[in-house]
Amino acid sequence: MSKYSMHLLVCGGTGCRASASDAIVENLKTELEAKGLSDTVQVIMTGCFGFCEKGPIVKVSPDNTFYVQVKPEDARKIVEEHVIKGRKVRELLYVDPKANEVIEDSKHMGFYKKQIRIALRNCGFINPEILDEYISRDGYLALGKALTEMTPEEVIKEIKASGLRGRGGAGFPTGLKWELSRQSQSDKKYVVCNADEGDPGAFMDRSILEGDPHSVLEAMAICGYCIGADTGLVYIRAEYPLAIQRLKVAISQAREYGLLGKDIFGTGFNFDIELKYGAGAFVCGEETALIHSMEGHRGEPTLKPPFPSVSGYLGKPTNVNNVETFANIPVILLKGSAWFSSIGTEKSKGTKVFALAGKINNVGLIEVPMGTTLREVIFEIGGGIKNGRKFKAVQTGGPSGGCLTEKHLDLPIDYESLVANGSMMGSGGMIVLDEDDCMVSIAKYFLDFTVEESCGKCSPCRIGNKRLYELLDKICKGNGVADDLTRLKNLGLVIKDTSLCGLGQSSPNPVLSTLENFMVEYTEHVHDKKCRAGECKALMTYSILEEHCVGCTACARACPVGAITGERKQLHVINPAICIKCGACLEKCKFDAVIVQ
Amino acid sequence: MLEQVNLVKELADKHGRRRDSLIPILQGLMEEKNYLTDEAMVLVAKELDISAADVYGTASFYTFMDTDVRGKYVIRICKTISCSMKGKIDVLHTIEETLKIKVGETTSDKKFSLLETNCIGWCHKAPAMLINDTPYTELTPQKVTEILQEYMKL
Repeated sequence: MSKYSMHLLVCGGTGCRASASDAIVENLKTELEAKGLSDTVQVIMTGCFGFCEKGPIVKVSPDNTFYVQVKPEDARKIVEEHVIKGRKVRELLYVDPKANEVIEDSKHMGFYKKQIRIALRNCGFINPEILDEYISRDGYLALGKALTEMTPEEVIKEIKASGLRGRGGAGFPTGLKWELSRQSQSDKKYVVCNADEGDPGAFMDRSILEGDPHSVLEAMAICGYCIGADTGLVYIRAEYPLAIQRLKVAISQAREYGLLGKDIFGTGFNFDIELKYGAGAFVCGEETALIHSMEGHRGEPTLKPPFPSVSGYLGKPTNVNNVETFANIPVILLKGSAWFSSIGTEKSKGTKVFALAGKINNVGLIEVPMGTTLREVIFEIGGGIKNGRKFKAVQTGGPSGGCLTEKHLDLPIDYESLVANGSMMGSGGMIVLDEDDCMVSIAKYFLDFTVEESCGKCSPCRIGNKRLYELLDKICKGNGVADDLTRLKNLGLVIKDTSLCGLGQSSPNPVLSTLENFMVEYTEHVHDKKCRAGECKALMTYSILEEHCVGCTACARACPVGAITGERKQLHVINPAICIKCGACLEKCKFDAVIVQ
Repeated sequence: MLEQVNLVKELADKHGRRRDSLIPILQGLMEEKNYLTDEAMVLVAKELDISAADVYGTASFYTFMDTDVRGKYVIRICKTISCSMKGKIDVLHTIEETLKIKVGETTSDKKFSLLETNCIGWCHKAPAMLINDTPYTELTPQKVTEILQEYMKL
């Protein structure tokens, strides 16, 4: 990279690509060419910067200038002003929404200030399709160190000492899992990378695979060395075409360089990686279900034990880790377990990647030390709630997690604290909700998800969740009775206790945690037949404002059930007993006379 | 028919005839045609020497392996909460109106099928949909109309 004095880093994450970053790269290159600067300034398409809200992003290195919402036609300005004259293009700089100040250097942006990037270290800095760039950032150094200087036991000891825990959600200690897989005696073992990300609101695994695929491949090879496996499998969902393509490129490059294949680094260690594609089943993120799916069966989970580390893929010991977990491994070996364990809380070490989505200003990916509070995540990094609305809750951990409210804002986030408060880490999706969101509907939404994704093997999950959904639907439709609230809770607890796998055991969490934190909204739905957020249509009443109605009869003609009566040029009236709340009158009225309460 | 027999054979030669070859073979068939016909599943069963019910049971478990007739372009619009929050319903209505089909249906010329899907990982660029393998994000009624018009020309 040294022959260039300046680099223009263009985000090539799928989000930015969808908004024309290909054209930006193209135009930048053409402009540089025209000015004869192609040899001194390099344009690089990188992985995701994480700040997707303001994409497409162009970052200038070495001065860290951060241009947001760049359009292909801005390329000329960037080259003429910034590259040639050294003047920043002010209208493309990020404006801090709180202080209303222009921020030139990405290091000073609220979004990046509190972040520590370990798993995402290379995302946004390297071109994921060029192995040399990964190597220039110490890529495959950890694998070299493990193979040539350390015994498998030493590597496992180091991972154990680091305190790294599974980032897929359950938080099982990674080093211990490796040790168990190592202890299993077998002629053949497998390393599996679980890239079947499916939690609503989570997209970190996709970003890591798209932005830094080699970090995962390297870690899988290290794992293979530790447990005695020569085959790695990446189970990736078919919904991620770009990630699949980047992985394919990365695997073939690594083979070409001898970093995968036979006799790696001349140490006699063999390891190769294949891809396996999912086919749209959320439950396959559960490790036993994932293994059945790879074996060509229905992706149904089975009881543990036996754990995959004893009997997994094709009956052989199999070590399954999540994408983000793997992405942490090379750094731990290079910087040492002491460094890693100095970050985070007592029981949760290191950092966690969260995907911010919903009613938040800065949607995108962030990585913060464990123990960072929700307030810092949502208000400082996330930039607060959209349109100045009031924060209501945040759903963490997708359908398996729960909602956390204002009283939890100062809670340091780690595996234990989330569970203690009725939620869970999950894969790290955070969906932020504001005062316009109805909590009963949110719970209903997640149950709808679980009902659809339940594999149907065990009855608590298959039937119980369906019943939970029906109860919530009944409440949202205004037919709830007081007993339903007790039923929801009791049924939820039974499902948790009796389901076979992690999906069923956690599926009632959204219901239970909203019941716990927003009981008053439930009782309003049941007793007062009211939805304060205005989301439950059946609980709305339509009426006509006397002072606005001109008697045009448009609403009466639109009403499909004849609930509106009134003479021409006279006030019209809606009969609530007949009204089906379809909203047709509201749509037709040109005088804003129809109101919904 | 002969064409399909050959395709199944070809896929089995490529992926093997073991149980764990089943899903890659079915995925290969999906690439050719956007759904699995009964005949194709029976052929796969014969080729791998397992029961046709087993093949059907496996295929029908996965939402990306359709056993119903599907159009050339399968539209899967994300129905996840983060997409719903950003106006997915208007986009869906626009698609339904443009193609004159409802969710779960296929146009009479077998060109488009409209389905809903769970999270496809585009929450930061919501609302999102997939048309076959291509993701489209930050959809609006206007944008989706333009996208569909492009496909209609194909």
